[in-house]
Parts: sequence; C-alpha cells; structure tokens
Amino acid sequence: MLFRTLAKAEFRKLVELLLAANEVVGPKRVGTNVRGEPLHQFLPVSAFDELALDYANTEFPPKTYFLPYREDLCSYRFGDDDWTQDIRYQVHPRVIVGMHACDINGLVKLDKVFTRDTFPSPYYLSRRKNTLIIGIDHLPGPKCFCRSVGADLVERGFDLFLSDLDTRYFVAIGSDRGFGLLQRVDAKAITDEDRADYLALRHRIADAFETHVDVQNLPSLLDIEFESKLWKKWGDKCLSCGACAMVCPTCYCYGVHERVSIDFRCGAKVKQLHSCNLLDFAMVAGNHNFRPTRESRLKYRYYHQHRGFVEAYDEPNCVGCNRCGHACLVGINPPDVIADLQAEERR
Amino acid sequence: MTRILHGVDITRGASFRGVVDFNQRYRLQHVDRNFKSTITTIVPLTDMEKLFQLRIDDDAERATFGFLPGQFVMLEVPGYGEVPISISSSPSNKAYIELCIRRAGTVTNLLHRARPGAKVGLRGPFGTHFPTGQMKGHDVLLIAGGLGLAPLRAPIFDITENRAAYGRVHILYGTKDPSQLLFDYQYETWRRVGGVELSIAVEHADADWKGEVGLITHLLDRLTLDADDTFAIVCGPPVMFKHVCSRLSARGVPMDRMFVSLERRMHCGMGKCYRCNVGHTSTCIDGPVFDYWSVMNLKESI
Repeated sequence: MLFRTLAKAEFRKLVELLLAANEVVGPKRVGTNVRGEPLHQFLPVSAFDELALDYANTEFPPKTYFLPYREDLCSYRFGDDDWTQDIRYQVHPRVIVGMHACDINGLVKLDKVFTRDTFPSPYYLSRRKNTLIIGIDHLPGPKCFCRSVGADLVERGFDLFLSDLDTRYFVAIGSDRGFGLLQRVDAKAITDEDRADYLALRHRIADAFETHVDVQNLPSLLDIEFESKLWKKWGDKCLSCGACAMVCPTCYCYGVHERVSIDFRCGAKVKQLHSCNLLDFAMVAGNHNFRPTRESRLKYRYYHQHRGFVEAYDEPNCVGCNRCGHACLVGINPPDVIADLQAEERR
Repeated sequence: MTRILHGVDITRGASFRGVVDFNQRYRLQHVDRNFKSTITTIVPLTDMEKLFQLRIDDDAERATFGFLPGQFVMLEVPGYGEVPISISSSPSNKAYIELCIRRAGTVTNLLHRARPGAKVGLRGPFGTHFPTGQMKGHDVLLIAGGLGLAPLRAPIFDITENRAAYGRVHILYGTKDPSQLLFDYQYETWRRVGGVELSIAVEHADADWKGEVGLITHLLDRLTLDADDTFAIVCGPPVMFKHVCSRLSARGVPMDRMFVSLERRMHCGMGKCYRCNVGHTSTCIDGPVFDYWSVMNLKESI
C-alpha cells in the first residue's frame, strides 16, 4: 500500500475537481431524530460544504449505490406472438466520498459474493467499476463493534482512504485510479512525523471501542443452539418488518418479479432487495412456508451471517455497524442476541 | 466539462462474446440472458401435471446448452415470472428439453393454459446432478413418490441409454391413486427396452387398479438388495424420502450413496438471491441434489 499526505485545502480542491466533472455522493445532513441528534444519508452533493465528513453513522448504508433496492435486470418489448429481451448495465461513473471502514468492508464482502463466486453479477460489477470510493476514518460510536468482526481497518475495496491528522489527511492509496487522482493536487510523500501521528490515531481509534462481541465460536455455537428456546424469546419480539436487512451494509438477499406496462407493449424483470424476516421469504407455490414462524426467520438471519457465510467465505457477513440494532423497533441487536446465546452456553 | 472519470463498459470484455453458457459458472457473462424457446408439444399427464417439450430457438444457444441428470432450469414467461423446474428429458437429447410441470402458482397455472408455439425463456442449467457416472458398475435403485418421478426421469433416461454399464436397476414408484401416475405410457419401454425392474404402488386403489396397494416403503421392504453395491436416488416429498432413506440406511446402504433432490423457493438459480437457503448453504448451488449425509447435516432440510 502506498501513502501520501494531503493538506485539507488540497482535499477540498480535489473534491471540487470531481464535483465539476462527475456525480459526487457523500454523507449529507438530512434532519434530526427525536433525540435531536443529526441524521445523515448518502446523497448526491453539489458543493464541498454539503459533505458532513464528521458524521457518526448513516441510517442507511451506501450499499444501495451498488445493490439498489429496486433494479431492472432486463426489459421486454412484446409483439403479438413474440418478445425481445434487452439487458443494460449502469456505466455512469460516480464518486462516493466519506465511506467508513465498516461500509467499505461491507462492499469487500459483497465483492466475494457478486464478483468472485459462481455466476459473477455484471450488474454489481458494472456499478462497482464505475464508482470511485474515497473513505474516511472515524472514532467509533458506543455501539460500533466493527473491531470485533475485523472490519475496523480497510485493506482493499477503496480508491483513497483518509485519516484525519488535524492539519492534514493521511491518505492510503487503494488503486491506480486513486493514485492518478492524487496527481491532480499537491499530495506529499509521508514523513516520519506523519507515520507516527497516523499510528497514534490508529491506537486512539482501537482504544475507543466500548462494545465487544466474541464471534470466534459462533459457527459451532449456532449449530449447537439451533433448537435453543432463546430463539423463541427473541423471535417473539420480532415484528418481521425486515428493517434490519434494509439498513444492513451486507444483506443482499432479493426477490425477482415482473412488471408490465398498462398497454402490454413492454415489461421488465425487476430485482428487489428482500429480507429473510419477511413472511413470504421461503414460501413456495401452493403456500407451503419453509419458515412460517418469526423465530425461525430471525434465527436464519443470524445463521446466514455467522454460520453459512463463514462456511462459504471464512468470515462472518457482519461488519459491526449495529445499524440493524439501531433500526430495530423492539431492540433486537447483534451484541445482545449473541451475548444471550453465549450466556446459555455457559449456563 | 472535462470528465475525470470515464464510464467503464464491462461488456467489452472477451467473456461477453459468444452465447451465454451457464455451465461456465465462473465466467462473467449476461447471467440474465434467457434462451428464447418455443413450446413445441404439450403432453397432458394428469389433471395437475403436463409435460412441455421446449426447443431453444437459436442454433448456437441450443448447441451450447447441455445438462446432467438432476439439474434444473429457470423457466421464464416474460411479463409473468420465472420458476425453477427440474429437467425431465434425456441429457443426450440435443433437440428438445422436456419439463414436467404441476400447476401450483401464477406462472405454472399460466403455462397450463399455454398452447404450442408460445415463446418462453430458459436460463440454465443450474445446480448439482445425480452422479450417474460414479454409479456405473453398481446396482441402482431409483425411488420416486408422486411428482418426484419428474426429476427422476432424466437419470432413468441416462441409465437406460447406458444400460450395460450398470448392475441391477430397480425403479420403485408410488402415488396417492392411479390417476396420479405420471408417464404411464413409458413403463413398458423402461421394463422391456431399458431392462429395468419397475414396481408401482398406489395408496388408494380404484376399481380398475390391479397392481400393488400401499406405501412405497412396502415395495422397498420386499426388495432384496446388495447394500454394499447399491446406489439410490430418492425423489419425493420430504416425509417420503426421510422414511425411505432411513430404511435404506438401516439395511446398510451408506448415506453418501443415497441422493435426494430438495425443493425451495428460488429467484435466481445462481446462489445470489439466497431465497433457497437451506441450513448453511443454498439449494441452487450446492443442491438441489445432495447426498443424504449432507442433508442430515443441513438444518431444517427435512
């Protein structure tokens, strides 16, 4: 990995260059919640000052710029007895500024599913290749547990990654595209002082975590506790609303349906993100439901993230952002559910 | 306006040239391109099931399409939806594909109203297959309950077309009543041309029924089998294959020599939508054909 430093004014200049030429998306303040705390969302910005780079977290992850909630997989034109299929992928370039390490690591996990596994997805890959990512470090919030799942540091999946050293940014360069971008501004070679300040910041971030979740033993524990009554306890709380999957930076399950225009001349095959907690997730024709109960559906969200995904990719499909716990109306959150399972193990 | 970033068109890569081949699982290609196919013949089987013969329109796509027994396709009626259907025809048949379809949901009910000549879309083949190659030199026991005969028909073709390579071949088939029997016009061919011992039982006989009455497990209990030298393929409702496989296991057939096919909701066939998730994996990539030992280790698979 190559590193540079960038004066804050130079970073502003870089973003303004990008703003003049391309669509730029970043954390934008969109309101306040009931407790008066600011709410942020990844949205297109038109000026540097619209970027709230010191945001704590966004309610919704930036994954929707790669896996949109709804996307046409293909379109159809219907004739009298025949039809034609047309497939397009997004080629419109976009810049995302201000992604946190957890969300970039979320993309790295999605990359494994959608670009490196069987049947790579041209839809995802096209969006990924056409998006330039500038990430940024932040001090963890009280509920962040990304460090527990190894998602607090980024090694890949971005073009540039900034760490705020007060007077300047320490910049990790993740791609040749990012390297080329830095040549348009006055980026400096790093000094011993930069390195020391950066490492001190790394320690400050690492020491700031308040929430810790032990996930090492989860794959086997989830098998052993599959019949546990704890699932009923948590399942009875669950409203089956699916919010957890909607705000998750790594949940990718979806459904496909077809849309037809009112004159029957055209249609589309539509992919829409789904949630394993919704009632119809595993329901088949004839109305048999493989997971009819809330507890079985809630359990499978954990079982996929911390058992199935580990089996396939040797790591959990969770980046520790706790957005699901924050969004849940009844307080179901990974640190508490996992701690409950581990307490049962020790009982 | 000078663009700093230029749009990247991924389809300019070499892997997008030529027709889509779903057997190349790791190739970046148009995974939602369907092969336009014509329904050439519709064979009524029962009041609930019909057999559809489909011919892929494009010569190059038809030549590329090849499958193994037990694999499935995603069948799409544009404007209505897409459904996973196991292939019922012979893997050696390059002219057309046969799909045995029960009317159960929106798409399948529509298909039952379709006429020959209708254009549908096919993607696939997807999933794992019955390892008929590995079974060569051994006895094979094929057991089907109800609609389970549909996915069993492809391995039956495969085995009877290469009959000399196998030892004794038995088919046990059971349905609720005689009106539910599928492919009854082929039984004589399987017995006399295919050299297969076919036993059929129905749970409820009608006035004309002269054959066995009872559950499929009764046929199985009467059968003499060489447990050390037998492979089994079992298709049917979970309650049926669970009983059949545990009996086979009790008689000494190793669980990794019994193969079953699971059914789940599917929206992609490619391990992405995860709707067919069973236990710690997905039915479309690691299945639908699993050996019974794997099934025993998949949570909520039975």
